[in-house]
Amino acid sequence: MSVVDKELAIECCLLAGRLMMEAGAETYRVEDTMERMAETQQLPSTQSFVTPTGIIFTPGNPYHTKLIRIKNRSTDLEKVALVNDVSRKLSSGEYTLEQAYAKLREIERGYVTFPLWLQIIAAAIASGCFLVLYEGVWGDVPASIVAGGVGYSIVIVIQELTKVKFFAEFIAALFIGLIGYFAVQTGLGTELDKIIIGSVMPLVPGLLITNAVRDLMAGHFVSGLSKGAEAFLTAFAIGAGVALVFSF
Amino acid sequence: MKQGLTWIVQGMLSFLAAAGFGILFNAPRRMLFYCGLVGMTGWLMYSVYVGWSDDPMQASFLGAFVVAIVAHIFARRFRMPMIIFSVAGIIPLVPGGMAYNAMRHTVENDYLSAISFASRAFMVSGAIAMGLVFAEVIIQLIFRSIAKKGKRIM
Repeated sequence: MSVVDKELAIECCLLAGRLMMEAGAETYRVEDTMERMAETQQLPSTQSFVTPTGIIFTPGNPYHTKLIRIKNRSTDLEKVALVNDVSRKLSSGEYTLEQAYAKLREIERGYVTFPLWLQIIAAAIASGCFLVLYEGVWGDVPASIVAGGVGYSIVIVIQELTKVKFFAEFIAALFIGLIGYFAVQTGLGTELDKIIIGSVMPLVPGLLITNAVRDLMAGHFVSGLSKGAEAFLTAFAIGAGVALVFSF
Repeated sequence: MKQGLTWIVQGMLSFLAAAGFGILFNAPRRMLFYCGLVGMTGWLMYSVYVGWSDDPMQASFLGAFVVAIVAHIFARRFRMPMIIFSVAGIIPLVPGGMAYNAMRHTVENDYLSAISFASRAFMVSGAIAMGLVFAEVIIQLIFRSIAKKGKRIM
């Protein structure tokens, strides 16, 4: 294998790692995937250090250690599945290295996601379901559905405009609180707490909290702590938004 | 759990909620149904246990344990990463209500109740994570022993 090929293999590993981390995969899975891909490309002694904000990857002598920055993170399960698929096909020899790299580039550029309206409807319906599951009354379901849908759309719009996730979550929680409050005031809803809890669920960093504890248990302390910090900030933004409504 | 809610209604609601989260997390389209199924199994397990023992921590552990096992089965069956199924599945178990109450009491300057809610939320999320990790470890042990036995037979 030529040096150029090896460099491409290293690039390929890094790209796969970055895509997976951006999509919210578990830390150990990212390290595992990168190492496996490297092994099939005759790079046996690689080391990687994966954190939610950056990946350090060293392919061993005589190649240079690489560092790659991860700027934005979200949960995108299809991306995880696609990258996983590429990695498996590369290992089994179904893809050549060039094909795998091209495929990863394609994933990076974008692919079909669910349309926005469907996401908003899904958030709204999930809010309604959570209200009932958390022992709310059926009469509050419409208020919760509206608040959940509006809250999720606000997060998407404001995040697109400002790129500051915590601000977007704060404003969304504020509006959810306001909608709940007015629903109770006008008699369309009865239990303010339950309406807010249900509608806020699509924003709650439940996955982050659980992943953080899981990383800590697996010995990935840096990842665990930083994911925990992110989860705490998100929870704080949501709490502050709702709190503002209560303070009136 | 409220008396009027039958298991069927709860199952349907948790299925919808988990599948909805599958859409939010952009799960592969063909897998949405299975995401919903995983969520439903986890929630029903949680709900049954809470109704029986009234301890949300143990119930969350059990729910997450079941979620991980079912997610693992689907992951093997469809050759996809397990996280696709487990993420949507644990969402109904997440202690959103407790975290919310903690925040609300903090705002109302009732710090004592806030701390009690916050620690419960923390314990429950710890229990969920433990359930997931334990299930994974046990599954791996089982598969390893099966692989060994297979070799011996051959």
